[in-house]
Amino acid sequence: MGNIASFFSALFSPDFPFVRNAFFAGALSSILFGLLGSVVTVKRIASLAGAISHAVLGGIGIALYLSATGKVPHLSPMVGAIIFALLSALLIGTASLKSKQREDTVIQAIWAIGMSIGVLFMAKTPGYSDPSSYLFGNILLISAQDLWLLLALDIVVIILISRFYAQLEATAFDEEFAQVRGIPTQAVFLVILAVTAIAVVLLQTFVGIVMVIAMLTLPAGTAGFSAKNLAMMMVSSTIYSFIFSTAGLAAGWAFDAPVGAMVVVIAGLFYLGMLLFNALKKRRRRS
Amino acid sequence: MKDKPIALKFSGVSFSYAHLDVLSDVTFHFHSGEFIALVGPNGSGKTTLLKLILGLEEPTSGTIELLGHSPKRSRSLIGYVPQHVSYDPSFPISVGEVVRMGMVESRKRYRTSHGEAVMKALTQVEMETLVNRPYSELSGGQRRRVLVARALVGEPAMLVLDEPTANMDRESERRLYHTLSALKGETTILIVTHDMSQVSALVDRVFCIDALSETTGSRTVVQHPLEDVDDTTKRVLHDTAIPADQCWQEVRNG
Repeated sequence: MGNIASFFSALFSPDFPFVRNAFFAGALSSILFGLLGSVVTVKRIASLAGAISHAVLGGIGIALYLSATGKVPHLSPMVGAIIFALLSALLIGTASLKSKQREDTVIQAIWAIGMSIGVLFMAKTPGYSDPSSYLFGNILLISAQDLWLLLALDIVVIILISRFYAQLEATAFDEEFAQVRGIPTQAVFLVILAVTAIAVVLLQTFVGIVMVIAMLTLPAGTAGFSAKNLAMMMVSSTIYSFIFSTAGLAAGWAFDAPVGAMVVVIAGLFYLGMLLFNALKKRRRRS
Repeated sequence: MKDKPIALKFSGVSFSYAHLDVLSDVTFHFHSGEFIALVGPNGSGKTTLLKLILGLEEPTSGTIELLGHSPKRSRSLIGYVPQHVSYDPSFPISVGEVVRMGMVESRKRYRTSHGEAVMKALTQVEMETLVNRPYSELSGGQRRRVLVARALVGEPAMLVLDEPTANMDRESERRLYHTLSALKGETTILIVTHDMSQVSALVDRVFCIDALSETTGSRTVVQHPLEDVDDTTKRVLHDTAIPADQCWQEVRNG
């Protein structure tokens, strides 16, 4: 208990700016986890989002290499990652639309190739670059610039979803019907993937590439147990994400453990608990 | 009926997937206000024909005119009821929200006035009391009627129903045909079904996807006359073929 209390005093203390940064990163990430996570869940594209998030490591590796070797001085890993994320989103999106039979193979290949490129470039980058902080997140690396970028993407996603909620709901529920109604369903699909790709790059600072997909599915899945519609799912999923992020950060501080992993474990346990609770409730109703 | 504008016109339409000829030289038309049944055995190309009508596939050759324009341009005037929605039961959505989807457009948002149209469409399928019920809690037959309401909510010029009564209980089927009978004459209705022997008494004309041709390896569409069986059913007379491009009055007058 004393540890948790020390977390809150650290949160408001000027001596630990990284704790405050991590808290704000968690809060700003929650909006993306909640909104995009709900879209990814109802569109059933979690595996595509997972592949994109892992392929992003390739972009980070290339950007680190180009910057450290002076080939493209001052290139931020973030910029490389965003370019690579968009490219892999386009490739994965096209593979999903065009090659229905080989979809799985192509997606898994992009996932693996992206990660491998990242590892290779990082190994050849002069100086020390540790893939694990990108893979599992490192709250010490969260900068003020990251927070501004997260805020900007939050605003863009909120505007896009509130403006095109009707089209999004229709394509997720019944794509063929939406197409007959004149909605460019393929373009909607590619935009969702592209926005998710950019979001993954920004979100990995908080939970890491490997665990981003967990936070894009677990809070939305938990919200899905009680939500009456997609909008409600988005709101409650955002609230769940905020609770899991803050609890993970506090627990990470209290037990001196990696925050990203802590957040995902809390979210996962809560989801499984709800799943069990709902299964028991259903069984009791039947008997 | 012949004086009314043509609702759908196929002229020499052929369609093939990469190495598989499905339809060849399909020519038929029907007019606004007609109640048409398109019948054919499973795997005969009914779904393909439907996709061509909805502009989801392009013909390999020939032309299709839907409500005076290309299918892609006119398809938003169609109320389409798919056979089933590959639907995720965990998708959180209410009956009213599914129906409202029938008014979705490529750029516009929903308006509050859409609520009245949703209630009207649900009343047409006798499901207005279930507007706030989660869609996942409905029976299969009830869901199909919700999809009919979704098709009706935009007051379409033409209603297209793919196998509307497949796996439907008797009561739901009776209610569905009750809804369609109220629309007959006002809205053009096209029903696609695999039941080749008989159709609802509401049907004016029936088009049949023909047997596989040995010479072309694909199928075409022919028209068969109908004979009244009772108040609810008509029998398809497969022994007699009428040119598919002949109109209703011409068929009647022989």
